[in-house]
Amino acid sequence: MSITLDKDTDTATLPERIRRFPFPFLGDQYRYSANVEPANKNVPTDAGAWGAGLIDIDEFYHKELADREAILARDPSRMAVLPHMRPAVWDTIATLLPAMAAEYPDIMSFHREGNACRWQNKLQDLDVQFTVGDDDSLPTGPLRFLGTQIQDDIVLLDIRDNTMWLDAGLVTFAADWSFNFDVGMSFLEIHGPVPRVKEENIISRAEQFLMRLQPGEQFRRTNWTMTVGNRLDTSTETYPEWGPDRGTIATDPDMPDKLHLRVEVQHLIRLPHTGVLLFLIRSYLLPLRDIAKVPTWRQKFGHVLAELPDDMAEYKGIIRYRKAASDWLLAG
Amino acid sequence: MTITALPITAHPAVEGGLQLEVTNISPQTESIVSITLADPSGARLPSYVPGSHLVVQYGSGVNAYSLTGSGNGPTEYTISVLRVEDGAGGSVAMHQLGVGDRVYVSRPRSAFAPASTATHHLLIAAGIGITPVLSHARAAADRGTTSSLIYVYRPGAGAHVEEARDLLGPALTECSDRNSFQKVLAEQLMTQSLGTHLYVCGPVAFMDAVLDQARELGWPPARLHSEAFGAAELDDGEPFTVNLVRSGLKLDVPSGASLLETLEKAGKTIPNMCRKGICGECVLPVLRGTPQHRDLYLTDQEKAENTTMMCCVSRSEDPELELDL
Repeated sequence: MSITLDKDTDTATLPERIRRFPFPFLGDQYRYSANVEPANKNVPTDAGAWGAGLIDIDEFYHKELADREAILARDPSRMAVLPHMRPAVWDTIATLLPAMAAEYPDIMSFHREGNACRWQNKLQDLDVQFTVGDDDSLPTGPLRFLGTQIQDDIVLLDIRDNTMWLDAGLVTFAADWSFNFDVGMSFLEIHGPVPRVKEENIISRAEQFLMRLQPGEQFRRTNWTMTVGNRLDTSTETYPEWGPDRGTIATDPDMPDKLHLRVEVQHLIRLPHTGVLLFLIRSYLLPLRDIAKVPTWRQKFGHVLAELPDDMAEYKGIIRYRKAASDWLLAG
Repeated sequence: MTITALPITAHPAVEGGLQLEVTNISPQTESIVSITLADPSGARLPSYVPGSHLVVQYGSGVNAYSLTGSGNGPTEYTISVLRVEDGAGGSVAMHQLGVGDRVYVSRPRSAFAPASTATHHLLIAAGIGITPVLSHARAAADRGTTSSLIYVYRPGAGAHVEEARDLLGPALTECSDRNSFQKVLAEQLMTQSLGTHLYVCGPVAFMDAVLDQARELGWPPARLHSEAFGAAELDDGEPFTVNLVRSGLKLDVPSGASLLETLEKAGKTIPNMCRKGICGECVLPVLRGTPQHRDLYLTDQEKAENTTMMCCVSRSEDPELELDL
C-alpha cells in the first residue's frame, strides 16, 4: 500500500519530459516486430502517459523547429518532393492541420471553404491563408511550410505496382539514415540493411499491411535507438559530428547525462484523397539520468540493453557502449 | 415519405461509418437515379480517393456504389444507382429513397485508385460503369493531368452524359454500339503515349474484352486497372463442405450460398465489409484443401499458397475444406 502511495507521489513531481516520454519497453527483452496499433490511444506508463493524440506539441516545439530551419538552410537535400507527389503533400496538409486544430483548440485553428484555407497558430503568432493545390500560395512551398508547424519528420510513400515507394518527405532528424539517399527507393530496398527482419518476413508483412490500410485509417508504432548528446539530427550526412562520440561515451564520466534513449513514435496514415501513405516520425530523447528516476524504467531498459543480441546492437550503433549503459542503469 | 427509415442498428459493413441525409434525388435515365448525401449538420465529409465506393445500408442488407465526385474535401457524396428488378433488393430500396431520409454508409473505400505517375488517364466505361471513371476524370482535371473517356451506352440510357461532355469536351468519345466501340478502342489502345494508364469499368465480359485486347497489344499489366463493382454476379458455384477444426463443426455450403453466409447462419461472427472479395476483411485460414479463389484481394502468390481465403466469394476446388476456425 505505502509503495503505491510513494510511487504516485514520485510520479507527480517528475518533470514533463519524463511524464510524457513514450517509454517503449514492456518487458526485459526487445525484438523486432510489426508492432502496429491504432493511433490516438492514450498509453499509461509508470511515469505518466503518451499517445492520446496524433500530433504531439511539447516544451521543445520552438527549439526543434529552429533546429530544423538551421538544418534545412545548411542542407536542402533533407527535403524532396518528386513531381507526382505534389497532391499528396496537399493531402497531408489538409489532413494534419485540421487534426491539430481539433487537438489544440486554444492555440490553433483551421478553416476551409472549397480549397481556400486559413490556418492560425498562436504559438508562432501565425495567421496564414493558402489554397489547397496551389504551391505558390505558401511562400516556402507546402511541405517546407508544414515542416515549420509540426515537430515530426515527414515521409510520403506512394503505392503503385503493389509496392510502396519513398517519393517525398522532409526529414531533418534521421537516426543513422539518409533521407536523400532513400528517395525513390521501394519499402523493401529501404529496409534492406535491417538485420533479422528479412528472415522473419517482417518487412514484407508490414508492407502488405500498410498497402491494405483504407484511406483515412491511422496506425502507429514505436522504434528506439540511443544517441550521444542531446541532438536529434544523427543523419548519415552529419556522421562526422556525432559518430566519433560513440567510441568514447562508455568511459565518459558524464555518460548518464550525455547518453540518451531515443524513441520514435511513428504514425502510419493512409491519406484520404491520394491514398498515399504518410509516415510521421516524432522523436523523443531522454538521458539515462532521467530514465533512472523511474525505477521500473531503469530496470527494464538496463535488462533490454544487457540481453540485446549483438547483431541488433551493432545495427543500432550502440554495441560499444550498451554494456556501460546497462551496468550503470542496473547498479542504481 | 420515409419509405426506408433509418434502420435501428447499423450493418457490420457500415460500422464506424457515417449517418448521412439524402439532400437531392436526380433521375439520370429511366433506370438510373443519382442520390446526393450530406452530413445532417452540414459538416465537411471525409475526402476520398478517386474511384472509391461507399457501402450503403438498405434495410438489413448492404450494397456498394461508386462515388462520382473528385473526392477533394467534399461537402456531399453523390452516387448513381441502376435499378435491378431481379437483384437482391438493394437498388430497388435505393430508388425509393426521398430527400430527408437518412442512411448509414461506410467511410469511402478505395479499390480503383488512379496511378499517381500516369501522364494520361484513358478511361473506358460501359453503362453504369461511368460512375467511378467520372470521379477519375474530375480528379485528373483537378490535378492538371489529362484524361480521355470512351463511354459506351445504349441510346437514351446514358447517365452523366452531359457532365462528361462538359468535363472532357473533345476527349470524350461516345459509342452506342459494339462495332463503333471496337473501332475506337483499337485505335486508342494503339495510339497512347508511354505514360498512359487505362481504367475500365462495366460488365465483367466487357472489362475482360478490353483488358485482353490491351494485353495483346502489349500493354503492361501494371498500366491496366479495372473496377469490379457494376459487375455481374459471380456464378452460384458447386456445393462443398467445410470442416471447422477448432469448433468441431461440419457445414454444407450449398450452390448459390456463400461460405460467409453459411458461417453466419451457423452463428459464427466473421469480420466482413464489402462481401464482394475486395476489402479483405473476411479472410480465413485454410488448413487443408484447395480454395477456389474468386476474390480480388489476395495476391497471386497468396492465392497459390492456399493458406488463406476470402469466405465472402471464394469456394472450394475440393469436396471438403478444412478451416482453422
